Amino acid sequence: MSTQENTPRTLDVFLRGLWEENPVFVMLLGMCPVLAVTNKVINCFAMGVSATFVLVMSSLIVSLLRNYIPKQVRIASYIVIIATFVTIVDYAIQAISLDLYDSLGAFIQLIVVNCIILGRAEAFASRNTPPKAVLDAIGMGIGFTFALLCLGVVREALGNGTLLMDTPWEISLFGPRFAPWSVMILPPGGFFVLGLQILFFNWLRKKLQRRKTAAEQA
Amino acid sequence: MNTESLPAIFIDAAIVNNFVLSMFLGICPFLGVSAKKETAVRMGLAVIFVMLVSSMCAYGINIVLELAGAPYLRLICYIAVIASAVQLVEMVIKKFSPALFRALGIFLPLITTNCAILGLALFQTQNEYNFVQCLVYALGAGAGFTIALTVMAGMREKLELADVPDIAQGAAITLILAGILSLAFMGFAGLGG
Repeated sequence: MSTQENTPRTLDVFLRGLWEENPVFVMLLGMCPVLAVTNKVINCFAMGVSATFVLVMSSLIVSLLRNYIPKQVRIASYIVIIATFVTIVDYAIQAISLDLYDSLGAFIQLIVVNCIILGRAEAFASRNTPPKAVLDAIGMGIGFTFALLCLGVVREALGNGTLLMDTPWEISLFGPRFAPWSVMILPPGGFFVLGLQILFFNWLRKKLQRRKTAAEQA
Repeated sequence: MNTESLPAIFIDAAIVNNFVLSMFLGICPFLGVSAKKETAVRMGLAVIFVMLVSSMCAYGINIVLELAGAPYLRLICYIAVIASAVQLVEMVIKKFSPALFRALGIFLPLITTNCAILGLALFQTQNEYNFVQCLVYALGAGAGFTIALTVMAGMREKLELADVPDIAQGAAITLILAGILSLAFMGFAGLGG
């Protein structure tokens, strides 16, 4: 991880979370919500936004307080900070849409134990200035949302034949005669789609790497 | 008050709504520690133990918070109290039973902040279980976790002998394997009411 002496450039901090260190596809962090809520696109979106909010706010606070929190109790302090923001999000979603709250279930509250957030607080926000920490958090949050949507789009399209189900913008993809693969919206579908997507990203990364080395040698 | 019978709660938590394979709680240790059968069993035991402790804590905290009229503090209290309770129990075990400590040892602090543990505390509150029901629920959830982990470890030990393509190695093949296992567990749906 980066330290003060060797801080990456500002834009890199932001972009890293999107691709090179994508929390889900590369670092395999925060898998539980990724598998559990991705059966509908709208759920993925709500989950991504809530996690990003918690990530950004807690990174900001952790970074502001980084010189005041004693080293021995840092993890406990981070967890209390994170839990506070998760409680805020939990009540906010309950107020905005009860249907959404019911379909996300306990997973909003389980953002507390999401390793991405604690991981970023410990590895990045506690060692960097607030603007950089926020930027890193936004990057990671968008990377996480991107990964959720990658799964959600595939699962909803195959499992239900629609996109953006349960919203005013619902689109039917394959027409009325489509027979949905219900396994895709059931738990096993989550494992299959994530497994195949990690496979795909590995393949893509390897291909890009090979092209890069070929270009360097030429 | 919830009036479900105890065997129904146990079977429901252990098999029908298995924490790992159908509720996706505790995926990180499931992927991380399931490479060997022996470690998987030990991890499972540690999880059962932590689940029982945290279930009792959560039950107590919930009563206190209801009396204080502050349900919005539930999440913060659960996580703080469960983490410290497990730490305390770990110290007690270390003092009185080094053998048990060696068996569960390194896993205890790891699983405290695992979503399966917090999930259990949240679900038992949601379902309004009484004290005995809570304990049975925790036992069932822990047993379900152990079953999933051990079966997965058995499959992964066999997988080591198989010829897996380069890019599929590691997480990808493990997840697909977990998908097949989860498909098998879907067969239990509807069992036990």
